[in-house]
Amino acid sequence: MKALELRGVEKSFKKRRGEVVRALDSVSLTVGKGEVVGILGPNGSGKSTLVRVISTLVLPDKGEVEVFGVDATRHPKQVQRSMNRVSVEASFFKKLSAMENLLYGAKLYGVTSAEARPRIKEILDNIGFAQKRATEPMEHLSRGMQQKIALARALLTSPVLMLLDEPTTGLDPRSKKDVQAFIRRIREAHDSSILLCTHDMGEAEELCDRVGIMMDGKILALEESEELKRRYATNGRVPTMEETFMAATGYSVEEASAEGD
Amino acid sequence: MHNRLKPRWLVEMIAVWGYVQRNYFLTKRYFMWEVVWLTFTTVNAMSITFIGAGAAQRPGAEAINIQEYMTFLLIGALIWSYLSMIFDILSETVQWERWEGTIEYTFMSPTSRVTHLLGMGVYAVVYGIIRTAIVLGVAMLAFDLDLSEANYWAALVVLAVCSISLVGFGVVAAVMPLLSPEKGQQVTYIVSALLLLVSGVYYPINVLPEWMQVMAQFSPVTYALEGSRAALLGGVGLSQLWGSIWPLLVMGAVFVPMGLFVFHLGESYAKRTGKLKRSG
Repeated sequence: MKALELRGVEKSFKKRRGEVVRALDSVSLTVGKGEVVGILGPNGSGKSTLVRVISTLVLPDKGEVEVFGVDATRHPKQVQRSMNRVSVEASFFKKLSAMENLLYGAKLYGVTSAEARPRIKEILDNIGFAQKRATEPMEHLSRGMQQKIALARALLTSPVLMLLDEPTTGLDPRSKKDVQAFIRRIREAHDSSILLCTHDMGEAEELCDRVGIMMDGKILALEESEELKRRYATNGRVPTMEETFMAATGYSVEEASAEGD
Repeated sequence: MHNRLKPRWLVEMIAVWGYVQRNYFLTKRYFMWEVVWLTFTTVNAMSITFIGAGAAQRPGAEAINIQEYMTFLLIGALIWSYLSMIFDILSETVQWERWEGTIEYTFMSPTSRVTHLLGMGVYAVVYGIIRTAIVLGVAMLAFDLDLSEANYWAALVVLAVCSISLVGFGVVAAVMPLLSPEKGQQVTYIVSALLLLVSGVYYPINVLPEWMQVMAQFSPVTYALEGSRAALLGGVGLSQLWGSIWPLLVMGAVFVPMGLFVFHLGESYAKRTGKLKRSG
C-alpha cells in the first residue's frame, strides 16, 4: 500500500469575469511508505493546490486521492488523523505564544497539554529553538523561528504523511539549513512519508528520493533526481537540476520564485 | 502520547477544551480591549436605563411605574448584551481564524465540526455570563432598582436554554466570515439588528406592526426576554415559565442542526471554490 496515491486529479477555479484557471490537470503520482517525493515548480504551477487537495482543504473536480489506501474525499476525517501539513505561510494566532499555539494545535488531534509539553520540549531542543522564547508571542519571532514552530506543530501530531509546501521559502540561509536538517531528521527518526513542494532545486535534490517537475497544473516528470537530469541531457552532457528545470519549464530559477500566482 | 489509542469521544472532548482554552488565551492577550468593551457595554446599559428615568419627566408620567420601567429596560439591555455576545463571538472567532489563516489547520484536523462549534459555543456562553454578571453588578450599584422578588435561578435556566438556539443562529452567521473574511462579519450585523428590532428588547412586541410581531414569534430572544423578565421582575418560578421555555427548546432542536447543516454547506462551498486560503 502506498502512503499517498493520486490518480487523474483535476481541479479548476473560476476567477472573476468567468475566466477558468486549471490548477491541476490530470495529476497522478505516488509516494511510497518512508519515501520523500519532491515537486519542483514555479509559483502558480499548482503545487499549493496539490497540497490543499491532499490535505482535504480543496475538493477535486475529478480523480482520486488515497492516503494509505483510504479515499481522502470520501473519508476525510479518517485520513486527517494520519497526516499534517506545513505551508509557506506559518499561520498562527500571532498574539499567542509559540507554546500556546502548539498546545492548541496538539489538542485538535486529541493530545493533552500534559502529553504535549515534554514532546514540545524535545522537538524544540532538536530544532535549536530556545525554550525561553516559546513563551513569547508569535509576532515577536522571526520568520525562520515561526517556520520551525510550524514544523514542530505538524510533528507533534505524529503524522505518517507530511505535506511540506515550500517550508523554506523566504527564510535566511541559516534558518533554511536548520529547517532542512530538521526535515532530514523527521525522515530518519519517524519514518514518515513526505511530499515536499518547493522551487529550491538544491533542496529537492538533496532531500528527496524522487523529484517531479510541475508546470501549469501538470506533472511533467517524476523520477529519481539523476534519472530526471539524464532525461534532459543534451549531447551526452547531464545537466544540473537547475538546467533540467529550465529545460522542462522554460523558467529560470529566479523566474520560478518570482512569478506570481 | 498517541491519540490513535484514545477513544473517539475523548479525542473530541480534548479538542473542545482546546477551543475553549484558545479563546481564553486570546481574551487574556487582548485584556485591555476587553476592559474597553466591558466599559462600553456597561455605559450602554446605563444610558438605556436612564431612558426610563427620563420618562418620569414626560407628560403623563405619573401613570408609569418608573422603577419598574427602568428595570424592564436594564433587563433588556443585559439580556441583549449577553445573547448578542454569543452570536458575535461565534462569527468573530471564525473571522479571526480566517484572518490568521489558522482555519485551514482547524479544518484539516480530524476532530468533527460539531466539536469545533461546540468549543466556541461553550466559551461564548461562559464568557457572556461573566461579562453580563459584571455589568449587572455595576448597574445595581448605579441604580436603586428593586430586584428583591427576582428569581435568578429561573432567569438563568431560561437564558441557558435560549443560548442553545442562539449558538445555532451564531453558527449560521459564522458562515459569512468563513466565505468572506473582509465583509462577512458586517453581514452578520444585519441578522443581529433584525433580532434586536423584532424581539422586544426595549419595548413590548405588541407595539410592533403585525408583520413584525409574526417575525418575533420566530426569534428565540423574544421568549428569552419574556421568561427572564417574568423571573426577574415578577419572581415567577420555572413551572410558570414553561410557555417561554418550550418554544426555546423547540428552536434549539431546530436551529442547532440547521446551523451545522448551513455551516457544512458553507465549508463544502469554500472547499470547492478554494476560498479557505489567505495566501499561497
